[in-house]
Amino acid sequence: MTTFTSGKDLEQYQKNLQKQRDTKKTCISICSGTGCHAYASEKVVSAFEDQLKKQNLTAMVDMKRTGCHGFCEKGPIVVIHPHNYCYVKVKPEDVSDIITSTIKQGKPVERLLYEDPETGKKIMLETDIPFYKNQTRLIFGNNRKIDPKSIDDYIALDGYKALTKTLTKMTPQQVLDEVKKANLRGRGGGGFPTGRKWETTKNATTEPKYVIVNCDEGDPGAYMDRSLMEGNPHSVIEGLIIGAYAIGAHEGFIYVRQEYPLAVENTENAIQQAEEYGLLGKNILGSGFDFTITVHRGAGAFVSGESSALMSAIEGKVGEPRPKYIHTAVSGVWNKPTCLNNVETWANVPFIINNGAQWFAGMGTPNSTGTKIFSLVGNVNNTGLVEVPMGITLREIIYNIGGGIPKGKHLKAVQTGGPSGGCIPEKYLDMPVDFDELYNIGSMMGSGGMIVMDEDTCMVDIARYFVNFLSSESCGKCIPCREGLRQMSRILNDISAGKALEEDIELLEELSEVVQMSALCALGQSAPNPVLSTLKYFHDEYEAHLHGECPAKVCKALIDYTIDPLKCKGCGLCIKSCPVEAITGGKKGAHTIDTDVCIKCGNCLDTCKFKAVQKTTGKHRENPKKLVTMEKR
Amino acid sequence: MTSVSLTIDGKKIQAEEGTTVLQAAKKAGISIPTLCHDDALEPYGACRFCMVEIEKNSRKKLVASCCYPAENGLIVNTKTENSEKIRKLLSELLLSISPSGAHVDIAKQYGIVKSRFKQMDNPESPCSLCGLCVRYCAEIKKKNAVCFVGRGVDRTIALVPGVSDTCSSCRECFDVCDAGKIVYLVDMVQEISCPPLRPVRSKIK
Repeated sequence: MTTFTSGKDLEQYQKNLQKQRDTKKTCISICSGTGCHAYASEKVVSAFEDQLKKQNLTAMVDMKRTGCHGFCEKGPIVVIHPHNYCYVKVKPEDVSDIITSTIKQGKPVERLLYEDPETGKKIMLETDIPFYKNQTRLIFGNNRKIDPKSIDDYIALDGYKALTKTLTKMTPQQVLDEVKKANLRGRGGGGFPTGRKWETTKNATTEPKYVIVNCDEGDPGAYMDRSLMEGNPHSVIEGLIIGAYAIGAHEGFIYVRQEYPLAVENTENAIQQAEEYGLLGKNILGSGFDFTITVHRGAGAFVSGESSALMSAIEGKVGEPRPKYIHTAVSGVWNKPTCLNNVETWANVPFIINNGAQWFAGMGTPNSTGTKIFSLVGNVNNTGLVEVPMGITLREIIYNIGGGIPKGKHLKAVQTGGPSGGCIPEKYLDMPVDFDELYNIGSMMGSGGMIVMDEDTCMVDIARYFVNFLSSESCGKCIPCREGLRQMSRILNDISAGKALEEDIELLEELSEVVQMSALCALGQSAPNPVLSTLKYFHDEYEAHLHGECPAKVCKALIDYTIDPLKCKGCGLCIKSCPVEAITGGKKGAHTIDTDVCIKCGNCLDTCKFKAVQKTTGKHRENPKKLVTMEKR
Repeated sequence: MTSVSLTIDGKKIQAEEGTTVLQAAKKAGISIPTLCHDDALEPYGACRFCMVEIEKNSRKKLVASCCYPAENGLIVNTKTENSEKIRKLLSELLLSISPSGAHVDIAKQYGIVKSRFKQMDNPESPCSLCGLCVRYCAEIKKKNAVCFVGRGVDRTIALVPGVSDTCSSCRECFDVCDAGKIVYLVDMVQEISCPPLRPVRSKIK
């Protein structure tokens, strides 16, 4: 076991590692991030192991399970070095072909290469795939190169070099100044300047001080922190140690969701390795600086991602927010100065130390520097994790990287910032993505969720979905969040059921504003964003619902399924698919749907080969005023 | 004790350092409505009725006066358009879950007798979950016999199992409860068992 007692020790070890590594040796690297894992990448790994053993190739070939590559749509992804051929959607049965052609003869297996949907050309290298080519992979860059369980893999790629520099050549103040100069802003949502936060904790007079990594990522569809924690835990740990040194903290916590078992496993493993190497513990690298890290597993509440709630959870209390008029940076865990940053924020720190603040600030926009990882999901061709410089436009992300909207459909809106972000209409697609611009149009950066919605999305339904989500995730402590969201959700349910009146929309707007102004924590304060932004940009859709029409034909209460007798061939497929026997019709004769029996599941629409089944909307409220008053009685 | 000087509703006020805006206002005879505050307990900031507008470095902000510390030079307005709007709407929200309780008086001050919101089925009413009983028991009695269970709209108060003896001889929390829910709880549940919690999905290692 190697324990480094000085920076020189580590540098020497790093050099030896780099020398030892045979770059010409064949290495099969298989993405083992959660996305690829779900696509059975483990089976591909076993298939490779079996075949290599059978063919006596084990000694000649290295195998590596890497972190998430980000292009989850195409998983499992396998890259063969030194040629760097990138194979997508690899199945266990493809393994023998890969061994015969690539491993033995150095030739690519054409059918497994990524095909550019625009040109139809096969692309050999991962970096040439448009999805990757248009990104700037800084924080995520090493994810695909290293085995997250191996500290040596990280060290060989200049890992812990920034820590050596920090502890041997810099004072805490110099580290802080560098981060301040880099103008790094918190990646967790608020975009608070990281340097200023560090400074507040550093200057606080109470001891001890704590540092925390917030990896309680709970936004539906967002998984960038997870992939980073799973795929490159040492980069986060290195950033945390550097931050602790600058602040003067000797104890740190990594708060990881219990629902991220691989992240918990890899983090704990990484901490243990760092301890063995003397990169954590007493007198790190002979500098006299002591620092330890504890992993705290979250117990599954979305609200625990809020900093004060997270700190209560670490104290062993219920994860409920508390008022923060005295910042947690001054009075946090056990009322001691505590500096909490998001996973991605900490992972940025080693890059700033290695390359300098000026280099870092050169990326992005003047007020939002560096890169940002987004989790690009929804109605977009290339779903996955993308890292881009701040200031890039939404259009570039969605069309150049994301490959546009599937089935040639039209984009309607993009929701950024997770469940409490706003829905941005198409007219703002050319707006640069940075903290301030997003805030100005009623959305937010959040932790980096980006949900693309096509023309078939109902904006009322979206608002309803997110408010319902947030209402069930509210801790219930303060009245505006608990009761306000309950009523907002009730009104939105009424609107999508076609039971609302004009004044309900006015009340919804008024209530949204009050909740925004008065809720205790950021969950409640930002919860009305999806409602207010859709009310602002898609007001006509709300109006339409009042008149019994759902323009996107989503809200079940306002749509009917009908069969066009001219198109129906009487094949009977829809009759078989209907779970409630709502469709009648003889052989070869046009079928009809009994709308009273129909549960609007959409099976018939999906099964019909002749496009005879249609969705219609708009006849559900001839006279809305009258109808509702009668119902209310 | 050093004192700080601040302005509340145009009045110059001296307050002890470490006190809250709410306490400073009260001392100067300015009343701010609250449901969850008690001077004997730690500030909690849950009911949000006490939201006031502060002006600091020429920036305006809405804060909960029960938690915000009185600071030198702070300008506070307790009855601004926004703070009144919040109070009115919050009392309507509470009226929608219960026709009785301390919020009714606040609603009356604003001339509100009926909520525009749909009445919620709430067998647990009239509790507003102000937490006075929970906090009184924890902070003053140090017994922790009353607690919150559930999250969001499922949040409610409950008695911790095995405390009925302590409770029947104490009952001091009855006095802090404006809604009378705690009376109902203790009377109803003599041998109290903890309400069943939903099973935790993932096992903790």
